[in-house]
Amino acid sequence: MILQRKNIIRLDWVIILVYFLLLGFGIGNILSSSISGEEINIFDFSTLYGKQFFYALISLFAGFIAILIDVKFYERFSSIFYIISIVVLICLFFFGKRVNGALSWFSFGGFNLQPSEFVKITVALAVSKYISDFQTDLKNAIDQLKLFLIILIPILIIIFQNDTGSSIVFFSLFFVLYREGISQNYIKSIFAIILLSLASLKLSVIITAFSAICIVIFYYSFKKRVRNKIIKIVSVSSLCLITCFGTLFTYENILKNHQRNYIKVWLNLEKDPNKIKQMERTILYNLNESKKAISSGGLTGKGYLKGTRTMGNFVPAQHSDYIFSTVGEEWGFIGSVFIVLLYTILITRIIYLSENQKNKFSRVYGYCTASILFIHFFINIGMVLGLTPTIGIPLPFLSYGGSSLIAFTILLSIFLRLDGNRKNEW
Amino acid sequence: MRKFLLFLIVISTSLIFILRLFYLQVYASEPYSIYEDNAIRKVFTYPKRGYIYDRNNNLLVSNQPSYDVMIIPGLVKKVDTLEFCKLLKISKEYFDNKIEKTSRYSRRIPSVFLAHLSKEDYGFLAEKIRKFEGFYIQKRNLRQYNTKIGANVLGYVAEVNRSNIEKDNYYSQGDIIGKQGVELSYEKYLRGEKGIKFIQKDRFNRDIGSYNDGINDKTSIAGNDLTITIDSELQEYGELLMTNKKGAIVAIEPNSGELLTLVSAPSYNPNLLVGRDRSKNYFELYNDSIYRPLIDKGLLSTFPAGSPFKVIVGLIALKENAINEKSTIFCGGKYIYGRNKKSMKCHCGGGYRNIYNAISESCNSYFADAYRKTITKNNNISENFDFWSEDVKSFGLGNYLNNDLPIGKKGMIPTSEFYNRWYPDFRWGPTTNLSNSIGQGEILVTPIQLANMIAAVANKGYYYTPHIIKNIEGDTIPKRFSKKNIIDIEKEYFDIIEEGLSDVYKSGTGKFLNIPGIEICGKSGTAENFTKINGNKTQLTDHSIFVAYAPKNKPQIAIAVLVENGYYGSTWAGRISSLMIEKYLKREITNSRIENLVITKSLDDEYKKPYSNKPFKINSL
Repeated sequence: MILQRKNIIRLDWVIILVYFLLLGFGIGNILSSSISGEEINIFDFSTLYGKQFFYALISLFAGFIAILIDVKFYERFSSIFYIISIVVLICLFFFGKRVNGALSWFSFGGFNLQPSEFVKITVALAVSKYISDFQTDLKNAIDQLKLFLIILIPILIIIFQNDTGSSIVFFSLFFVLYREGISQNYIKSIFAIILLSLASLKLSVIITAFSAICIVIFYYSFKKRVRNKIIKIVSVSSLCLITCFGTLFTYENILKNHQRNYIKVWLNLEKDPNKIKQMERTILYNLNESKKAISSGGLTGKGYLKGTRTMGNFVPAQHSDYIFSTVGEEWGFIGSVFIVLLYTILITRIIYLSENQKNKFSRVYGYCTASILFIHFFINIGMVLGLTPTIGIPLPFLSYGGSSLIAFTILLSIFLRLDGNRKNEW
Repeated sequence: MRKFLLFLIVISTSLIFILRLFYLQVYASEPYSIYEDNAIRKVFTYPKRGYIYDRNNNLLVSNQPSYDVMIIPGLVKKVDTLEFCKLLKISKEYFDNKIEKTSRYSRRIPSVFLAHLSKEDYGFLAEKIRKFEGFYIQKRNLRQYNTKIGANVLGYVAEVNRSNIEKDNYYSQGDIIGKQGVELSYEKYLRGEKGIKFIQKDRFNRDIGSYNDGINDKTSIAGNDLTITIDSELQEYGELLMTNKKGAIVAIEPNSGELLTLVSAPSYNPNLLVGRDRSKNYFELYNDSIYRPLIDKGLLSTFPAGSPFKVIVGLIALKENAINEKSTIFCGGKYIYGRNKKSMKCHCGGGYRNIYNAISESCNSYFADAYRKTITKNNNISENFDFWSEDVKSFGLGNYLNNDLPIGKKGMIPTSEFYNRWYPDFRWGPTTNLSNSIGQGEILVTPIQLANMIAAVANKGYYYTPHIIKNIEGDTIPKRFSKKNIIDIEKEYFDIIEEGLSDVYKSGTGKFLNIPGIEICGKSGTAENFTKINGNKTQLTDHSIFVAYAPKNKPQIAIAVLVENGYYGSTWAGRISSLMIEKYLKREITNSRIENLVITKSLDDEYKKPYSNKPFKINSL
């Protein structure tokens, strides 16, 4: 409990407890995945775990500051933050450093900063601010468009910087829009598009398009009280056609070869055994190694610092995007489920608290936080377990990386601050 | 609904993750085994292989280090090829050829570049190997034979093959295993237990340190030293006597069953199967189809027992009361039998024969008669024959001896069933197989069986299973070797037979074989034998066979000698027996003239006859 300007901030101890558990577990596993027999010294900042420990200290400090700052400050300056962050993103084009093909880092001396991690916070603030504005009406098309723009601008910039993975994160804000009353048709359309695209790739474009049109005609012929039936049937059908063939066109002509391969692997599209073998050595390699490592953990795991695959660095990027494979190998089923449950508790707790907010800004922001954390959790662990396509985004609080750890901590701390303030909101 | 969508998605996502984790880690996960983890390199450390000593504690087999030059092609950088080739005494072509071959196999995994460096080459190279990046020297343990004898007894070691690995999971690729002789029989003691080191690899297959701080590592346990029953001096002398002759000498200590010698002639120097020329030498030995030095003839040659078998025929006839010590027959130079007045020749010289001079003169007629009376007793031919067959087998004939040598042959002692099958619609009797009485016919034995038989006679009614092991360091020898195998024949009959065997040296076929100061009992034998030349059964010169034991009152050595195609039993096998007995009991030879005669005798012409593609004479002196 912190006394500040006579107001009492009640911080949610569940979230704080889960946060510290994840943070500690993260540093421990990064240590395990990066040492190679030398003596362990947590203050040795030349090692990965030492650096992560250092980042954790910075994060705690940043989080502390974020909690001290007044609620009104976030509301009032959210647009400014947003504009600054977009400018910073654009600056990457001029001063950025390319790592693994993505132009998403600023380099200061020995440290790299990834601004897209922080943009998540400013976009969340901007979206919250815009939705909570009493003038905004989400039923209004113009307002909808403005809101979409707020989200789409950073997405487009980041895609142009060749960091598709990070851009996908922003799509999670759709959950927020849906919660705040955007039309049901959007969610229907999105599910329809996802379904149609997957079916076109996996089955066949012709069959998918044909069955889609049949369903549309069938649906409208039995639905009563619909005006301009013919026009609607034609327009919806053509939209289906565009989706199906558009997907195929994108897949074959716009996607880059490696992206196409990831989809091939995910959907089991490749039938040529030679090419599969080649993929196993290249893009499937990570996934196979991570699955083997996790599987070898068994029920109780091999024990901390005893994972043979972890010690042998068998899974590339095992300290960052594939950190969960280390958890799986060394802590086994029990440890893995524990981590999954921690995230579930964290995210559902944030949703629960958001629903209880009196202030709309706080509620929307809470939803943004939950959505962003969820999409990372979903894509990262899904990828490591071979369920979702390979998209390189970090596991919040666990993966190695200063930018993401600090950004996630600030994201969470602002929510804690907003939530802590709700008693004073009367 | 809007309030719960994200909530529901979060919950279902974590449920799916947990199910997936359950599938991967609990359902589909196999129990973890460090041996199957390919993230861990298993490095074996090989212990000292056990030494082998002879009965007088002479070291026969030990180990020697051998040095292989190893190469990791990926690490080879600018190497002064000329200097390197000079050091190793290899040609530039060999160098280029080997580099290419090993790189094709693997650029990261070490391969043998040059095997078995000589000690001098190693000395020179060891100082300079650091200059040649990508090369290193690996030490291996090879067998060292400190003797030139007993190659077939000692056996040899070689790398394991696939079936060895499949049968016993102790072995892995590249391990050494005993392949023959004592090396094979006592492999489990000699090999010790190899140690293992677990080394953590990274994904590039590089070593990054020991796994789990070496807690799981095991140190190797040295192999046990063995003492075998062979008297190497006697063995060496036996091999010397068998120069240029094919055959075998088996000598047994009757009161323990210990094998004093196990000569298989011709033999070879065991060191031929060690080192760089191993496979070349092996195939040379393997391809010698006349002398077949890799075949242990003491254990594997089967041949008709010949006259030494009369000892058993006589013993059983005495036991069955078919004859007694006073029974006499008249031998007219042949034994006439059967309705068609068939006859069996006898070379004893003719006259009245009792059991004593029948043995000493090797009278065929006497034993044919005794055999016939044994089998026809009470007209119960089939049953009598089976009793007879059982009694013969109780001397260790007709079956494996169940000893500690990895190879052996059963030989052949027929039963009534054998003849029933052979003559399904004919009432066979002792005259049908009368040649059994003189050890021809269906009777087949091996030299070790013959030696064991005469050892049982020397013991007067029992034998210990002949064996090669005398002492195992840290363990006891198998109990079955200290168990008496009792023969169901009274001692008094053995006494009678022994007098006959003693007479052999006093007045009989072996009277020129006497050794002053040693009373020997023995029996000569001459066995007909056949081979196939271009599909035709062709008779070859008879095998010279001799069995003996000495001294008569307290036997210390029982011996069987086989000289293939050596003709009369006494001529060569008999002389060799006497020399061996004298050598063993007195450690010196009084009659060096006979010794020289034996050593210089070559039967090479005799062995080449069947391959000459020309007609040849047999049984000529």
